Amino acid sequence: MARHEMTGNEMSYYAEGGIERHQYDVVVVGAGGAGLRAAIAAHEAGANTAIVCKSLLGKAHTVMAEGGIAAAMGNRWPEDNWEVHFRDTMRGGKMLNNWRMAQLHAQEAPERVLELEDWGALFDRTDDGLISQRDFGGHRYARLAHVGDRTGLEMIRTLQQRAVQIGIDVFMECTVTDLLQDRSSGEGRMAGVFAYWRETGRFVVIDAPAVILATGGIGKSFKVTSNSWEYTGDGHALALRAGAKLINMEFVQFHPTGMVWPPSVKGLLVTESVRGDGGILKNSEGKRFMFDYIPDFFKAETADTEEEADRWYDDKKNNRRPPELLPRDEVARAINSEIKAGRGSEHGGIYLDIASRRTPEFIRKRLPSMYHQFKELADVDITAEPMEIGPTCHYVMGGVEVDADSQESAVTGLYAAGEVSGGMHGSNRLGGNSLSDLLVFGRRAGESAAAYVAGLGEARPAVSDEDLRAGQWSAVAPFSVDGGENPYSIQHDLQQKMNDLVGIIRTEAELAQALEEIEQLKVRAKSMSVDGHRQYNPGWHLALDLRNMLLVSEAIAKAALARQESRGGHTRDDFPGPNPEWGAKNLVVSLADDGESVMLNPQPLPPMPDDLKKFFD
Amino acid sequence: MAYNLKMRLWRGDKSGGELKDYDVEVERGEVVLDAIHRVQATQAGDLAVRWNCKAGKCGSCSAEINGRPRLMCMCRLSDFEESETITVTPMRTFPVIRDLVTDVSFNYKKARQLPSVELPERKPGEKRTMMQEDVERGQEFRKCIECFLCQNVCHVVRDHEDNKEAFSGPRFFLRFAELDMHPLDTADRRERAQQAAGLGMCNITKCCTEVCPEGIHITDNAIIPMKERVVDKKYDPLVWLGNKIGIRNKDNDGRTPV
Repeated sequence: MARHEMTGNEMSYYAEGGIERHQYDVVVVGAGGAGLRAAIAAHEAGANTAIVCKSLLGKAHTVMAEGGIAAAMGNRWPEDNWEVHFRDTMRGGKMLNNWRMAQLHAQEAPERVLELEDWGALFDRTDDGLISQRDFGGHRYARLAHVGDRTGLEMIRTLQQRAVQIGIDVFMECTVTDLLQDRSSGEGRMAGVFAYWRETGRFVVIDAPAVILATGGIGKSFKVTSNSWEYTGDGHALALRAGAKLINMEFVQFHPTGMVWPPSVKGLLVTESVRGDGGILKNSEGKRFMFDYIPDFFKAETADTEEEADRWYDDKKNNRRPPELLPRDEVARAINSEIKAGRGSEHGGIYLDIASRRTPEFIRKRLPSMYHQFKELADVDITAEPMEIGPTCHYVMGGVEVDADSQESAVTGLYAAGEVSGGMHGSNRLGGNSLSDLLVFGRRAGESAAAYVAGLGEARPAVSDEDLRAGQWSAVAPFSVDGGENPYSIQHDLQQKMNDLVGIIRTEAELAQALEEIEQLKVRAKSMSVDGHRQYNPGWHLALDLRNMLLVSEAIAKAALARQESRGGHTRDDFPGPNPEWGAKNLVVSLADDGESVMLNPQPLPPMPDDLKKFFD
Repeated sequence: MAYNLKMRLWRGDKSGGELKDYDVEVERGEVVLDAIHRVQATQAGDLAVRWNCKAGKCGSCSAEINGRPRLMCMCRLSDFEESETITVTPMRTFPVIRDLVTDVSFNYKKARQLPSVELPERKPGEKRTMMQEDVERGQEFRKCIECFLCQNVCHVVRDHEDNKEAFSGPRFFLRFAELDMHPLDTADRRERAQQAAGLGMCNITKCCTEVCPEGIHITDNAIIPMKERVVDKKYDPLVWLGNKIGIRNKDNDGRTPV
C-alpha cells in the first residue's frame, strides 16, 4: 500500500471513487496553537489522533502572534495571581465573558507556559533567570511571557516539534469541507470529516467519533486585516451546518495598530508591545491624544497626566497606567475618531512613536521583528522616526458555543478551541489572552475528546454513503458551471462591503445594507465557476472557502444589527454606550431551516457565583 | 504611481512546463507576491502559489526571483527598474507540484528523524531557571521560519539528488546546534549529527547564510561550532585525557549520547 509523502499515512488508491479512507479516534481540524495543543493532549490521553490543516505544518496564523502569552506567573510582580488576571479579563471583555472560561483560563495559563518550556521553548528571562513578563493593554501587571516580539513563532515551533516527536499524523495542505454525522440515531453525533488534498484534489474521508475544530478566525472577510488567507471562518461555518451554535459573533476586534503604508502591507500587525514597552500615540498636531479618550469605566485605573503615565513603567504601585494601554477596543475607537476629525497622518493613520522615548538598542532588542518589518517593507527606521498606523481587523471574539470545562459544542463529539470558540473573551479580548486561551482550552478539548472516545467502546458512529456522495458533489460543483463569475471578484466585493458597512463603527442603515449585499453575493456565489483542474488550484480552493466566508459574514452582520448598544468590539454610532439589558445576554446564532442563512436568539449570560462576583465590587 | 509590470512565471507540473509572460498593473509600494496575486485574480485563477502571512513570518512563499532565492512577500517591486521583467520560478532543489509550488516533504521527513529536547524532570509548579545570555544562542536559531531557502541553495543537495538520503541540511543543523547550546538539555547528539544527519558533508560555503531572510548566522554560529564540537569529541587527545581524569568539556558535561 502506498504511503503519503508528507504524513506517512496509508493511502487506499483502490477505494471506490478515488476517495482515501482513514480511521482515527480524534481528528483535529487546524494546526495552530489550539489545534496542536489539542492533538498533543488527545494523543497523550491515549487517543489515536490526526491533525488536518490547510497549510504546511508550522505555517498557521499563530506564527504571526507577536507580543506574548498572558499568564499570572508573578515573575516580575509577585502581587499578580489568577484572581487579578481573571478580573482584568472580565473587565476587558466588558463583563460579557463566560465567567467559567475566564476563570479556568486565568488559573491554568501559568502551568501551560511552563509546559512549553519543558518542550524546548526558549523564553526571554528576568534578571533572576525566570521567564520574563511584559506589560500589555488591560493587564494590571506585566504578565506576558514572550520571546522578543515573535512569541507566536516560538509557540508554534515548540508545539510542532512536540507533535512530531510523539508521532501524531498530520494531513498537511488538506482542507475539510464537511463534518460527517451519524444520522441513524437522530441526534447527529460526529462521525468524521470530509476533506480534499490541496495538492491533488483527491478526496479524503476520516472516520472519527470526535472532531476538534481549531480553525481560527474570520478576518479574511474584511479588506483591511492582519489575518492570513486561511482565516475564512471554516470552523464557524462547519459548526453551524452541523447544528452547533455560535455566540457573540457581533464582536470583532479591530487592533488599534496595523500598518497603513505602503499599500501592500496595509493591515499588517504592529504589536501592542510597542506601547507596552513605552511607545505613545500622537496625532498630526503632535498631541498625545489618548488622554482625551479615557472612558469612565477605566478612569480610576488610568493616568490622567503624561508625567504619571511615564512614571508607571518603573513604579506601578504609586502610578496609574498610561491611556495608550487601555484595552484594544478603546484605543482603536480613539484612533478612528482622530483620523475622522482630520488629525491623521499623511497616509491616513496616526503616529506611533517609540523612537523619541527609548534608545535604539532597547528598541532593536525588544522589538526585533517590528524593526525588521518596517525597515524591509516600508523603509522606516523605527528607532529614528515614528510609525504610521491605523486600526485593522484582527480577531473575532465570537465563535462556537461550548461547555466551559470540556469545550464540547451542542453536537455530541464536536469540540472547539481557540479563536473558533466563543465566550472566553466576551465583547473584547485583551492582548496576550489569545495565546494562553489556545493552550488552556486546546488541552482541555483534547482531553475531553479522548475521554469521550474511550467511553464509546465498540459502538462507533457511522458515516453514511449518502453524505459521502453529497460531500463530493458539493465540492466539485464549481467546476460544473461554465462562464460563471470569478470567485476572486466575489471575495473582493465581500471584503470591501464588510470593511465599509460592518467595520469598526456601525449603524443600523449600514448593517441592513450589508445584509442585502451579502444576499446578493450569495446569489452570485451560486453561479461562480473555476478554471483548470483539481490539482493545486487556488481558484477552486477559494470558491469552497467563500461559502464559509459568506455564511459567517451574515452571522456577524445580523448579530451586529440586533445588538442595539456599544460594547467592546461592537460600536454602534446610533446606540453609543453600553446598555445593562444587553449586557445580560448573548446573541446565539444558528443555521436557519433553509440551510443557507442564519437566525438569532438572545440567551441570558450564565450567572456568576458570589465568590467571583466579589472581585468586581 | 501604477505601472505595467512584465512578469515571466513558470507554469507547469512534474511532467514539464514553461515560462509564460504576463502583463500586470502594479504599484511601486507593492511586493512580488502582490503582483502574482493580481495575475491570479485577473488572468490565471488556477496559478498555484503557496503563501500564508505575506509578512515574512511564516516562510511559505519561497521561490527564485530572477534566479535569486527569496521570499516573494519580502521582495519589493521598488528594488527593480519599472521596465525590468521579473521572472519567478519554483525552488529548484525540490520537486515541482504545480507552477510555483514545490514538494518540500524532504524537510518534513528530516524533521521526523531529529532528536528532541531532553530536559530534567520538573516538579509541578516548579520554575526552571536559565540566564538570558545562555538562552540567546539558541534563540537566534529559533528565529528560523522554515522557508527552506537554505535547504534550497545548499549545493550538497541542490545538484546531487543522491545526497538527500544522508544529509539533513542547514535548517536541521540549526536544530542540532540549538539543542546542543540549550542550557538545561541533557543529551549529547554529536555522534548523531555527524553520522545520521551528515554534518560532515557540509563544506561551509555559506550559501545558506546568504539567503536566510531572518539573517541567522547559520554557518558561523551553528554549523562551525557544531563541527568543532564533533571534532573535539572524535580526535582531541586533551578531551580524551580530560574524560579520563574527570575534567570534561563543559558544553557536554553530564550529557548522555542519544
